[in-house]
Amino acid sequence: MLIVENLKARIGEKEILNGINLRVNAGEVHAIMGPNGSGKSTLASVLAGREEYEVTGGQVLFDDKNLLDLAPDIRACEGIFLAFQYPVEIPGVSTVNFMKTALNKIRAHRGQPALDAVAFLQLMKEKMKLVEIDQSLLSRSLNEGFSGGEKKRNEIFQMAMIEPKLSILDETDSGLDIDALRIVANGVNKLRTKNNATIVVTHYQRLLEYIVPDFVHVLYKGRIVKSGGKELALELESKGYDWIKNEMATA
Amino acid sequence: MAKDNQVLEEFTSKDYEHGWAVNLETEESPKGLNEEIIRFISSKKQEPLWLLEWRLKAFQHWQKMEEPKWSNVTYPKINYQDIIYYSAPKQKVKPSNLSEVDPELIKTFEKLGISLTEQKRLTGVAVDAVIDSVSVATTFKDKLKELGIIFCSFSEAVREHPELVKKYLGSVVPMNDNYFAALNSAVFSDGSFCYIPKGVRCPMELSTYFRINAANTGQFERTLIVADESSYVSYLEGCTAPMRDENQLHAAVVELYAMDDAEIKYSTVQNWYPGDKNGKGGIYNFVTKRGLCFGDHSKISWTQVETGSAITWKYPSCVLKGDYSMGEFYSVAVTNNFQQADTGTKMIHIGKNTRSRIVSKGISAGKSQNSYRGQVRIMKRAVNSRNFSQCDSLLMGDQCGAHTFPYIDVENNTSKVEHEATTSKIGEDQIFYCLQRGIDEEAAVALIVNGYAKEVLNQLPMEFAVEAQKLLALTLEGSVG
Repeated sequence: MLIVENLKARIGEKEILNGINLRVNAGEVHAIMGPNGSGKSTLASVLAGREEYEVTGGQVLFDDKNLLDLAPDIRACEGIFLAFQYPVEIPGVSTVNFMKTALNKIRAHRGQPALDAVAFLQLMKEKMKLVEIDQSLLSRSLNEGFSGGEKKRNEIFQMAMIEPKLSILDETDSGLDIDALRIVANGVNKLRTKNNATIVVTHYQRLLEYIVPDFVHVLYKGRIVKSGGKELALELESKGYDWIKNEMATA
Repeated sequence: MAKDNQVLEEFTSKDYEHGWAVNLETEESPKGLNEEIIRFISSKKQEPLWLLEWRLKAFQHWQKMEEPKWSNVTYPKINYQDIIYYSAPKQKVKPSNLSEVDPELIKTFEKLGISLTEQKRLTGVAVDAVIDSVSVATTFKDKLKELGIIFCSFSEAVREHPELVKKYLGSVVPMNDNYFAALNSAVFSDGSFCYIPKGVRCPMELSTYFRINAANTGQFERTLIVADESSYVSYLEGCTAPMRDENQLHAAVVELYAMDDAEIKYSTVQNWYPGDKNGKGGIYNFVTKRGLCFGDHSKISWTQVETGSAITWKYPSCVLKGDYSMGEFYSVAVTNNFQQADTGTKMIHIGKNTRSRIVSKGISAGKSQNSYRGQVRIMKRAVNSRNFSQCDSLLMGDQCGAHTFPYIDVENNTSKVEHEATTSKIGEDQIFYCLQRGIDEEAAVALIVNGYAKEVLNQLPMEFAVEAQKLLALTLEGSVG
């Protein structure tokens, strides 16, 4: 589904990604871990098409399309979803209204007719249950005055509504207490199918107890320096990132 | 009337004596402004003597006045002697169908969702017999007549209801109120007049849409709305479609007069030509709008969506004279490219227990400047009065400006005045968030801006609100990224 080859990117003069290689197949969950500043969030942003980052090399194929040639909104329509680390607030625009606009844009891109109000509400009700989110929250201005947990649940709710092919969760666990973490992870797990894939970007192993990855990659200084199964996350947790740093220094 | 005509004739012949000859058959006055021109306008419109005298008096005031300099706008000096102050409706060569109209204009209409018939009307395409706008207007007028509502052009009102016009003209905005109001009083071309009798609730939105005015009256328009005791009227001015006008200077006057328990709701969508992307051209819009809550428990509410004009100088105000009267001002002012807007309101509390509410939302983009200027004045007698003001500014890009000039003046200690102000920026973060959900940039800006202006847009009548939403998005098109 996703093939990243030797991807390099920088912001301003600063090189952040120094040749990333990654292959994600349908049905898989990949975890990307790494110390602060290793380029995890940059990778997520570059895949989603954030303009501050300049891609300086490599290529990304998504369903055989050259992803880097596509505008960010087209990437979203093609099935890439980013659950933001810091979801923004949009005053005066309810989540309901926002989602209706988004969903109908995506449907139009897929050649599907727009959902009418009834069908939309029905779909919304169904997806709300997944993340145990209350309708009153969705009627309020998007993310305005939401708690950290509510913002993250709202991200997963949107993911459920959109049903993307590839979801990238950027530090979705940050700022969540254990209950909220469980709810968010449950939502993600319920959305897993053999046709979609998930990339979980996280600093801690904690989230991976709930969303069990098929592969774990360790990012360090803009490169994937180690890949393995879910046990790699545990090893990292016990040995700490210094283990990777030392290993790299001696290599 | 006969006597008036006689005098009028005298005046016209006098003009000739002064050596300034004008052929009454011509459709246009010469350039410049002097007493003769005013007499010419008045005689062209076959006005009674009292109105001519009123105009002349206004002109005398105007000559002694100076153009205001306090607003936060800059523009080249206006040469008032280089303007044609009277010009009869021109019969231009009309396009026979829409394919002859500027395709850019048609594109804009389509984005606004304006119907084909309406597009034809706006571009001057002769409307076919199937939908006869004249007959629509007539049916509409008959219905109002049954209720005793008078809704007609200002000229018609002068002819048909001189006693009402004489009584209320200048009662809210005196002829010497300010420079531009005095100018308008001297040379106003036409406009609308509306009278709602006691206890009548006007069953429809009154709108200039019905084309009761003769064409080409926009430059010095004059509107007078009188709501008698316990009556209600909602009035819509303007149009979301882009309005082009060859006249650069516009100085309109609007007067609203509300008696006991009466309510007037006045909504405006202003979309005059703002000039091009380099700041060339565009309308200078200097408007005086004021409502007098004369009676107890009366209410006047202004709602405006200002997107057009190169310069906007406009402060729709409420004078709260009646006890328990209420004034409201809801405004969205958008400026883009090189537009300048200095707009806001005045709430003058005179009566006891009066209330006012101000919600102003400024949006600046491009290299534009957007100022809110407002005054809340609570007089000594206005005990237990209350005001709430909220002034928000939204910036797009880093080359525009937003300014707030609130003046608060309270003369008693039982009143309460609250002022809240915020400034925010449409962030790239917000746009990217929308993009990431599949919403393209244009739709993203529309969504964010409409969310921001929602409180004001909600005040507009339904179908107007939908058009206004699209208009906001259209005005800001291309201003991000």
